[in-house]
Amino acid sequence: MTGKTVTRADLSEAVHNEIGLSRSESAQLIETVLGEISDALVGGEDVKLSSFGSFIVRQKNGRIGRNPKTGEEVPINPRRVLTFRASHVLKEKINKLAGLSS
Amino acid sequence: MIKSELVARVAELYPHLYQRDVEAIVNRLLDEIGDAMGRGDRVELRGFGAFSVKRRDARIGRNPRTGESVAVARKNAPFFKTGKELRDRLNADTRK
Repeated sequence: MTGKTVTRADLSEAVHNEIGLSRSESAQLIETVLGEISDALVGGEDVKLSSFGSFIVRQKNGRIGRNPKTGEEVPINPRRVLTFRASHVLKEKINKLAGLSS
Repeated sequence: MIKSELVARVAELYPHLYQRDVEAIVNRLLDEIGDAMGRGDRVELRGFGAFSVKRRDARIGRNPRTGESVAVARKNAPFFKTGKELRDRLNADTRK
């Protein structure tokens, strides 16, 4: 494990090398891809990307929470949360690259 | 929305690109994220979310049906944490 952080800049470099788009257009394209995924999710649509994974929007009911430090009760409003389920291909890739069998 | 629909939606916004190029870009993007996680790196896409890898230690599992013990090897599990901006957008209409 190298433990580095990969950012948009690294991803747009990879896209730039793949298609030969300019760096600025590669960056813009990544933004568009992330934007389209986000818009679908905000619209309540799940996003399934084969061999990568699925982004699923889940509805959570409101409940009474508790501040663990003070013991104080606080209401938690109903909300929508996003969960990511990695595909088997991605899980295998992550373990294979790390030298672990899956 | 599935990957081909994502590609079609993006391609519509870039009429000068071939749809197959957009497809190659989307695949490259997802591959890069997966490769980074394979190296144990974190992928941080501010506003969208962050992909990271969590280490799961080897453990003795149990077959829930038979109650039988089974050894589960150490493995790495992908993890995604939703970014603040996206989390806020998901709840923009439900918050009063």
